[in-house]
Amino acid sequence: MTNIHAFGRTYTPKQMILRIISHVILLFGALTMLMPFIWMLSTSFKSLGEVFVFPPTMFGERIVWENYTKISSRFDYFRYFMNSIKVSVWVVAFQLFTSAMAGFAFSRLQFRFREQIFLLYLATMMVPIHVTIIPNFIQMTFYGVVNTLWSLMIPPMVSAFGTFLMRQFFLTVPRELDEAAKIDGCTPFGIFIRILLPMAGSTIATLAIFCFMNTWNDYFTPLIYISEQRQYTLPLGLAGMKGSYSTDWPVLMAATSLSILPVLVAFLLAQDAFVKGIMLSGMKD
Amino acid sequence: MANAVAAPAKSKKRSKLQNDTGWAVLMLGPNLLGFLLFMLGPVVATLFLSFTEYDLIAPLKFIGLQNYIEMFQDEIVGQTLLNTFIYTILTVPVGMCLSLILAVLLDQDLAIRRFYRAVYFLPSITSMVAVAVVWQWIYNPEFGLLNYVFSVVGLPQMKWLSSSSTSLISIAIVGIWKSLGYNMLLFLSGLQGISTTYYEASELDGANKLQQFWYVTVPMLRPTIFFVFVMSIISSFQVFDSVMLMTKGGPGRSSSVLVHYLYQNAFQYFRMGYACAIAYLLFAVVLIITLCNMRFEKKMRDIY
Repeated sequence: MTNIHAFGRTYTPKQMILRIISHVILLFGALTMLMPFIWMLSTSFKSLGEVFVFPPTMFGERIVWENYTKISSRFDYFRYFMNSIKVSVWVVAFQLFTSAMAGFAFSRLQFRFREQIFLLYLATMMVPIHVTIIPNFIQMTFYGVVNTLWSLMIPPMVSAFGTFLMRQFFLTVPRELDEAAKIDGCTPFGIFIRILLPMAGSTIATLAIFCFMNTWNDYFTPLIYISEQRQYTLPLGLAGMKGSYSTDWPVLMAATSLSILPVLVAFLLAQDAFVKGIMLSGMKD
Repeated sequence: MANAVAAPAKSKKRSKLQNDTGWAVLMLGPNLLGFLLFMLGPVVATLFLSFTEYDLIAPLKFIGLQNYIEMFQDEIVGQTLLNTFIYTILTVPVGMCLSLILAVLLDQDLAIRRFYRAVYFLPSITSMVAVAVVWQWIYNPEFGLLNYVFSVVGLPQMKWLSSSSTSLISIAIVGIWKSLGYNMLLFLSGLQGISTTYYEASELDGANKLQQFWYVTVPMLRPTIFFVFVMSIISSFQVFDSVMLMTKGGPGRSSSVLVHYLYQNAFQYFRMGYACAIAYLLFAVVLIITLCNMRFEKKMRDIY
């Protein structure tokens, strides 16, 4: 049997055939996964007339950039974008802060009912959001913040899952480090800020990405709390645009492409951290 | 004498405990407050509200078990629950098989593995809203991409989201597409935990690739398979966004799922108490699946 040399390695013919079959299946799958995105982009550059033809074409006669400039006249993209940024940055900052501090408390401080309280945190992690949304809505109505961004910013400032994640990380750090600092007269908060927090970089990054993605893409919570258009976040704005301009597909696809862009760029820049961050959501749900 | 020595040590330990409690109040306090107000409190409040009649305006009225009695007689609850089951059956097995196959294929030292991983993962990072808008265009009965592909292959033209016989399947396809990469990565991390010695040994015994898959990969991957299975079921029981965005439960009630009916009761009909009863039905289902998972996992660990 002759062996085949390819890609700097040597394969037997059988291995080579298996490899080719693998690639064919994977490529076909990849194309299926990408097709909706390609179709979205291709439609976003067509004129309205070119969209309503059958059979459909992949490319229009020329690239219609106007679809992208038309977005702003139909869709307050910039406002929704800024609302989304505001909510996401706030939620990520507070969630990281409260989770890290509480995670430290659960892993390092001695206090009564520590294990019992932590058990409660664990138990609520699997509770679907649909179970808590109604009392939370009533609560937000009571505070008078429904229809403002505050209703999206206040409840997620604390996360049981984030607390759990930080605690798990701090438990892996050897205690000798903080014992030494304690002898030097460091307070628990000092140990947290100076010793444990600087070590938690990758866990914090993972949690930050996970939290940002969830907040940025969230549709359900804004749907419940926000009905005034000026307070829409990007997902809600896009869904609203679909409702009112359901036939102008090119502009709609242009707006959709733009809405995906920020997360897409972040994903391509930090693929590994993203993958890690999203894999965590499995533990959460 | 011994007692005299031990006593101060004990009191010292106690004072240290008190010290820590102060720090715990400072560092855990804000988190605990938010946790009680927005998570634990609401879980209890939903249970309480499920025994009441409340529309946000008229004063709350305690009605005992009436919501639950109504729920078990409500045909719409029956239908939305059935639709949720159907959605689960449509998405979970197909989604798991596809993602497992892809993971096994990807678990070789392929040169462009990062590329594949990124591509398959792309739908997972995209918001459901964007996904729903694009797929509605793909499903368009007259000018959509899918019907074009069907016409090329010689399959009949479908109405997809706008027909009551295909609306739920159409939503399920989107669900499979969106979570495929995520499940694939879970499997991939499970596969990487299997030692290559098993494959080498089975190869010496003359097993071919398919036999290796059945007799080495699947049994060794059982914990991961089970984990993905449970997670998929739990998340498919909570499906809402895609339904709300693409069909609003229609046509008729053909694609209305349990959470959609919960949403309608709470935020369209303003029947908060009844919606809370439905929320607890959902909660009970998720709880049962989770508990079965824990029991089963323990059993599995005893066997293997």
